[in-house]
Amino acid sequence: MSERITRDDVAHVAFLAKLAVTDAELDEYTSQLAAVLDHAADVESLDVADVAPTAHPFPLSNVLRPDVLGPTLDRAEVLGQAPSVEDGRFRVPAILGEEP
Amino acid sequence: MSGSDGSGSASLAAAPPMGTAATIAAGVRSGELSARVVIDAHLAAIEAREPHVHAFNLVLADEARTAADEIDRRVAAGDDPGPLAGVPVALKDNLCTRGIATTCSSRILDGWQPPYDATVVQQLAAAGAVAVGKTNLDEFAMGSSTENSAFGPTRNPHDPSRVPGGSSGGSAAAVAAGFTPIALGSDTGGSIRQPAALCGVVGLKPTYGLVSRYGLIAFASSLDQIGPFATTVADAALLLDAIAGHDPMDSTSIPGPVPSYSTTLDRGVAGLRIGLITQLMGEGIAADVAARVRQAAEALEAAGATVGEATIPAIEYGLSAYYLIAPAEASSNLARYDGVRYGLRVDAPTTAEMMTATRTAGFGAEVKRRIMLGTYALSAGYYDAYYGKALKVRTLIIRDFAAAYEQFDLLLSPTSPTTAFRFGDKTADPLSMYLNDVCTIPTNLSGDAAISVPFGTGDDAMPIGVQVLAPALGEVPMLRAASVLEAAAPTPGIAVLGEVVR
Repeated sequence: MSERITRDDVAHVAFLAKLAVTDAELDEYTSQLAAVLDHAADVESLDVADVAPTAHPFPLSNVLRPDVLGPTLDRAEVLGQAPSVEDGRFRVPAILGEEP
Repeated sequence: MSGSDGSGSASLAAAPPMGTAATIAAGVRSGELSARVVIDAHLAAIEAREPHVHAFNLVLADEARTAADEIDRRVAAGDDPGPLAGVPVALKDNLCTRGIATTCSSRILDGWQPPYDATVVQQLAAAGAVAVGKTNLDEFAMGSSTENSAFGPTRNPHDPSRVPGGSSGGSAAAVAAGFTPIALGSDTGGSIRQPAALCGVVGLKPTYGLVSRYGLIAFASSLDQIGPFATTVADAALLLDAIAGHDPMDSTSIPGPVPSYSTTLDRGVAGLRIGLITQLMGEGIAADVAARVRQAAEALEAAGATVGEATIPAIEYGLSAYYLIAPAEASSNLARYDGVRYGLRVDAPTTAEMMTATRTAGFGAEVKRRIMLGTYALSAGYYDAYYGKALKVRTLIIRDFAAAYEQFDLLLSPTSPTTAFRFGDKTADPLSMYLNDVCTIPTNLSGDAAISVPFGTGDDAMPIGVQVLAPALGEVPMLRAASVLEAAAPTPGIAVLGEVVR
């Protein structure tokens, strides 16, 4: 199997991405991601040292709108879609491990 | 695949019951045709065959009838409801519709009803079109077969044992099954063009920034683009007319006026220089597909174009660049699904645990794969080797396209390496699924335009699509060439195809 990505790497990125993976999934994802990265290795032979990166197909600059009041989303409609709200705000469980 | 209806591979493809969008709009605007009659006919087609196709996540029967009645009232009152008056349209279920469930075919958006309409949804309503449903897709548009939908796959109307392509498989199938004459999809790496090719319909990916993406749920922001499906090139142009143009709500939207696409279709290709992309005609492309593309090149030549061979050497690295860039952007875009503001929440004692539990339960395997791949490509120590290098390869592809467009006005290639494959053929090996996108990905990386036009069938009697590529904002000549191909197609049009193939 490829050494491009290890089981520990996959476990680490799953943790960073807030995804829980089982041992069996870890094995499967490791081999699948390694296959994709193996395929992507074809770009290694390219000399792109002097090539500028393109993050976006067209040049972008910041777009500003006039600083005037306009329509906004309805707060009740937005909050109405949340799993839990309290006093006009989104409600979440404990954030630091204390009792909610 | 499960749930076989026992009908074998009998075709479910059909012409839309009331003709093209252009015909319907003309009839409704003149008062000769009732929008309600039109909608009822399409809803009847949906009711009859949708259980076998599964093009839709949601059919908006009551809403569509109400909207159609309103259009009839306006026509009776002397109003013009617009260029798409009374035309039924299907919307990919990653386009926000206010107060109407929008799922991205993902459990993580369970129960969510957007608080606003996507700009394209507003534009279609303003043009008089009537939304009849939200179509199935690969979860968050990640896939090439709709097999990654949390709600089960869509079937190819031409052969229900085969995939419709993806990720906009539901929109392509809705048009191919005659449920609606037009539909909207989104194309990040071929997600409009590939399902259009596999389902025998027209699919157009506009230039990046030509159509507003406000209200399109993001997958990979530097690649995503909304575009039309239709049974005819003229209908695709009519739909593009309705959605193209600057939108202040999308900061990537191109400023300035846009031309009319539907009124310039019939100008032919005389004098146009068209290049056949040699890199997309060799290894990996099925012989029957390559033969149809050569036949299409001959048809363009016969119509007065000059056809030559174009080389885009960096295109060979497009797939590698794409499958690093798109997952990297997706890993960032999908960080917002955390169980706090909308959609699914799986309760847990702490917020961090709640977020992990929610994302683990809410996302399917392919979405998780891409999030992890993208997170890895962006992580410290690997960023330069993977993501950084992919961005440089993207520059090479853009340069090679620019060089080709100095010699040619348009380019030509297959849309998909093969005709529609069977369910399960590529699900065990994600890389084999990704390889399917080799012909369509380069256009997303370059930000240019491309269209897939049905051009005959393969050895298996399934539809083949030919892709016409244009430089940025080259939609007008691109649609002219597409029109010529449509007229020269060995099997003329989806309507006939549905009846002839089986």
